[in-house]
Amino acid sequence: MTWMQYLAPLLKGAQITVIISLASIVLGTILAFAAGIARTSSNPIVSGIAFVYIVLFRGTPLLVQLFWFYYALPLIGISFNPITTGIMTLSLLTGAFGAEVVRGALLAVPVSQYEAARALNFSKTYTLWHIFMPQAVVEMMPAFGNLAVQNLKDTALVSLISIADLTFQAQSLRNITLDSATVYTLTLVGYFIIALGLMLIVRLIEMKLRRGAAFSRSAHS
Amino acid sequence: MMYGYEWDTSSTLAFATSILPILGIGLLVTLQAAAVGYAIALVFGLVLALLRRSRIRAISWTVACFTEFVRDTPLLVQLFFLYYVLPDFGIVLPAFMTGALALGLQYSAYTSEVYRGGIDAIQRGQWEAATALNLSRFQTYRDIVIPQMIPRIVPSLGNYLVSMLKETPVLSVVTVLDMLGLANMIGERTFDYLVPLSMVGLIFLPMTLICSALIHLVERALPKSGIPLR
Repeated sequence: MTWMQYLAPLLKGAQITVIISLASIVLGTILAFAAGIARTSSNPIVSGIAFVYIVLFRGTPLLVQLFWFYYALPLIGISFNPITTGIMTLSLLTGAFGAEVVRGALLAVPVSQYEAARALNFSKTYTLWHIFMPQAVVEMMPAFGNLAVQNLKDTALVSLISIADLTFQAQSLRNITLDSATVYTLTLVGYFIIALGLMLIVRLIEMKLRRGAAFSRSAHS
Repeated sequence: MMYGYEWDTSSTLAFATSILPILGIGLLVTLQAAAVGYAIALVFGLVLALLRRSRIRAISWTVACFTEFVRDTPLLVQLFFLYYVLPDFGIVLPAFMTGALALGLQYSAYTSEVYRGGIDAIQRGQWEAATALNLSRFQTYRDIVIPQMIPRIVPSLGNYLVSMLKETPVLSVVTVLDMLGLANMIGERTFDYLVPLSMVGLIFLPMTLICSALIHLVERALPKSGIPLR
C-alpha cells in the first residue's frame, strides 16, 4: 500500500471528525450561551445550577467524562449510541468553557449602558439581546475560535469509544500496514487542515459581526 | 485484587473506599506524568520562544510553523505518533516517558506563545535603553526582560498546568497505569465502571480547583513591577 491508498479510509474518518466537531461546536455554543447568561442571572437557583455545571465539566478530564457517559451511565440504565455519547460529552465540555467566555464578555459591557437601558424603560430581555449581546458577541469571537480548535482536537478521544473518526481510521490502518510514520503524519496533517478551515470560518463570522451587522439590526428594530 | 489491595463490592460506599488506595497509586503516576511533562513544556517552550525571535528568517519561520502545527493537532494522535514511530528510529522509551514527552511537546507550543507574549510586552524603549547602556543580550534578558516577564506569564503558565493535569488520563491509552487506567482495569474485573470512574472524576475535581486557587494566590502575591533575578 502506498500513501495514496491510505487517503480513502482517512478521508472517511475525517468526515466523521468534521461532523462530530461541527455538531458539538454548535450545540456547545448554545449551551455556552444558556449557561453563561444563567450565570449572570440574579436568581440564585438559576446561576447556582449553571455554576455547578460549569465547575463539574471544567474541573474533570474529558476522557473521564467520555468513559463515564459510555461505560458507567448504562449501568444505571441510561445508554446512548457512541456517536450521541461523543457529541453530547464534547458539547457539554465546550459549553462549560464557552459559558465563562460568554459571562466574561457580558460583564465587560460597561454598566452605564445597563443604567441607560433602565432609564429608557427597556425590558430585561430586550436589554440583554439588543444592547448587551451585540457588543459582547464580537468580543467573544477570538475565544470561541480557540474553543473550536480545542474542540476539534478533543474529538480525537471519541475514537476510544469505538467511533470510526480520523484517529480511529489511523489506528486501524497502522494495525494493517505497520507503516506508523506515514499514517500518523497524514493524520496530523489532516487535523491541521481541518483546524485551519475552522479558524477561517470563525474569522469570517467575526469579520461579518465587526462590520456592524449585529449593531445595525438592533439599533433600528 | 490489585497491588495487594482487595476490593469489597458489598456496597457502593465499601467499594468506593476499598479501591481508594489503588487509585492513590494511580494518582501518583498522574502527578508524576504532569510534573515531567510540565518541566519539558517550560524548558522547551522557552527554547521555541527564543528561536522564534531569531534574526535568521529560516529558523524563526520553521519554529513558527512547528508551533502552530503542534498547537492545532490532537494530543492523542501526537502520542500515537511518538509511541509507534520513535521505536522505528531506534528510540525505545517506556510508555510513561513517551506520554510525558507528548504532553510536554504539546504544551511547549502553548508555553512558547506565553513567553513570546511576555517578551513582546516589554516596551521598545527598554531594549533601546539596554543597548544604550551597553548591556549584552544575555544581561538584557537576565536583568531587564525576564524579571518583568515573570509576573505577566505566571497566570497563563499556571492555567496550562491545570489543563495539562486534566489531559494526563490520555496516557492510559498507551498502557500507562495512571488513575484512569487503573479505574478501567477495576471496571473490567468487577463489571462496575460507575464507581471507579466516578471516583476518578471526584478526585480530579478538588485537585483542579485547588490548583486554580493556588495559582490565583501566587498571581496576587507576585509584585507587578517584577522580580529581580539577582
